[in-house]
Amino acid sequence: MRSRLLGTWLPLALFALFLLFPFYWMVLTAVRPNQELVSTATNPFLVQHPTLDHVRYLLTGTGFPRWFWNTMGIAAGASVLSVSLSWLAAYGIVRVRFPGANGAGLAIYLGYLVPPAILFIPLADVLLKLGWFDRPAALVPVYTTFLIPFCTWLLMGYLKSIPREIEEAAMVDGAGRLRVMLGIVLPLSGPGLISAFIFAFTLSWNEYLYALVFMSAPEHKTVPVGLATELVRGDIYQWGPLMAGAVLGCIPVVVIYFLFVDRYVQGMSGALKG
Amino acid sequence: MAAGRLSLALDRGAWFGPALVVPAAALLGLLLAYPLGLGVWLGFQDAKIGAPGTFIGLENYQYLLDDPVFRLTALNTALYTVVTVALKLALGLGLALVLNQRFAGVRFWRSVLLLPYVVPTVLSAFAWWWIFDPQFSFISWALVKLGLIRHNIDFLGDSWLARGSLMVANIWRGTPFFTIGYLAGLQSIPTDVYEAAQIDGARALRVFREITWPLLMPLTVILTTFSAIFTFTDFQLVWTITRGGPANATHLFVTLAYQRAIVGGAMSEGAAIAAVTLPALGLLAYAALRAIRERA
Repeated sequence: MRSRLLGTWLPLALFALFLLFPFYWMVLTAVRPNQELVSTATNPFLVQHPTLDHVRYLLTGTGFPRWFWNTMGIAAGASVLSVSLSWLAAYGIVRVRFPGANGAGLAIYLGYLVPPAILFIPLADVLLKLGWFDRPAALVPVYTTFLIPFCTWLLMGYLKSIPREIEEAAMVDGAGRLRVMLGIVLPLSGPGLISAFIFAFTLSWNEYLYALVFMSAPEHKTVPVGLATELVRGDIYQWGPLMAGAVLGCIPVVVIYFLFVDRYVQGMSGALKG
Repeated sequence: MAAGRLSLALDRGAWFGPALVVPAAALLGLLLAYPLGLGVWLGFQDAKIGAPGTFIGLENYQYLLDDPVFRLTALNTALYTVVTVALKLALGLGLALVLNQRFAGVRFWRSVLLLPYVVPTVLSAFAWWWIFDPQFSFISWALVKLGLIRHNIDFLGDSWLARGSLMVANIWRGTPFFTIGYLAGLQSIPTDVYEAAQIDGARALRVFREITWPLLMPLTVILTTFSAIFTFTDFQLVWTITRGGPANATHLFVTLAYQRAIVGGAMSEGAAIAAVTLPALGLLAYAALRAIRERA
C-alpha cells in the first residue's frame, strides 16, 4: 500500500500539479475581474466575483472572431491539401516501386527535420517576389512545407500495413491501376488519413512564426499572432482578455485531441518509427 | 508465374510512381528546398529588406564571431538545449513509468497530462508570462505571505532568472513528448522479460537499470535527437515571454535571427545566424535517421 502511494499517487500528483497548473491559471485569469487581477490583497488562487467581461470584450472589442475564422480556414485548407498530396506521394513511394522511390521517401523525411526557424527569412523573400505577402491564403501552401513531410511519413507507414495481396487480387479481376488505387486502397486508408488530418490541423493551428512574419494587417492575422501583437501593449489590464483568448484559442485543438486521443498518441509514436 | 506477371503489372509504367510524387515534391521544392538554398546564399550577401544585396563572402560570419550578443546567444542556445532536453527526458520517462502502471483513472491521466504538448505554444506561453509577472506573480505572492522573501521576484528582469524561467516553461511543454514516446516503448517490451527477472528476485531499480533502460536505448536516441532539434530552433516561447531580453540575455539563434532580419531589416545577417544552425541540424538529423533505421 505504501509503495503504491510513493510509486503512483505522489508522483502523479506532482506531475499533475506542474503540468496542469498553467491551464488553471489561464482559465482563472480569464474570469477574474480587473480589480482582483491587480490587487495584492486578495488570494490570487481564487476568484471572488467571476466575470465574462474579458470574453465579451475579446469577442466584440477585438479582432479575435476574425482571427479565429482565419486560422480555421487556413488550418482546414492546409490540412486537406497536405493530406491529399501526401497520400498520393506515399502511395507512389510505397506501392508503385520506381527507381529513386527510397530516395524520395528519405528526402521527404529530411524535410520534416528542417524547422521553419531556418526558412522564414528566405521564404519571406520568395513570398515577396510571388506577391503573396500579407495574404492569408498564402499560408496554405506555406504550411504544406512542414505538413507534407510529416503526413507523407505517417501515411507511408500506414500504407505499408495494407496487404499487397488485396491489390493483386483486384487486378486479377481486371481492375485497372487507378481503380485499384482510388477504389480499394483509398477507402482502406481511412484511419491513416484521419490521423494525418488531425496532426495537420493541430500543427497548422499551432503555427506562429510564418504567420507572424508574413501577415501584417490586423484582419489577416491568426489567433496566436493576433493575440500576441494586438492585445499585448504593455498594459496590464489586457491580461484578462489575453488569457480569455488563450483559452478560446486552445479549444479547437483540445476538442480534436480528446475526440481522437488514442489515434493521436498512436500516430505520434508511429511517426518515430521507420 | 501468374504472381510474377501481376507484380509486373503493378510496377509497370515507370512514369506513374513519379507522377504521384510530383505535386508534393513541387510544393516542397519551391517553398522548402529553394528557400533553404536561398537562405544559405543570402548569408553570404549584404541584403536588407527591400534592397537586394551583393556577394560579400564570409563578412557576415566574421562580424558575428566578433559580436558579443551573437556569442552569448550561441552559449545560451547550447545551455538551453542541453539543460532542458536532459530534464525533459528524465521527467518524461518518469511520467511514462508512472502512467505505465495500472491504477484507477490511468486512461484519463494519460490523455490529460499530455495537454501541454498539444495546445498552441504561444497561448500557453502567455500563461507562463503572466505567471512570471514582476508585480503579480503568484509565486512571489506566496513566498511573501510565507515570509520567505520581502520583495517580489523579478523573474524576467534578471538574466539568470529569465533563463531559468524560460527553461521551466520549455520543460513544461516538452516533457509530454518524451512521455508519449516512452509509453509506447514501455508497452512494446514483452512481459516475459520482466517475469524472468521476477523469478530472479531482482529489485525494481535493478530491473529498470539492467533491463528496461537498455531496451529503451534506441528509442531514447530518437527522442533525444528530435527534441534537441526542436529545442535549439525554438522561437515561440522565448519571443513571447522575454523577446530575448533582458539586455539580449535570453536570445536563441532563431530569436536573434528574427530580431536582426525582420525587426531590424538586416536580412542577410539574420540568414547567416539561421544558417549557423545547419551543421548541428544535419548531424542531429543523421543521428535520428540512423537510430530509426537500427530500430526498424
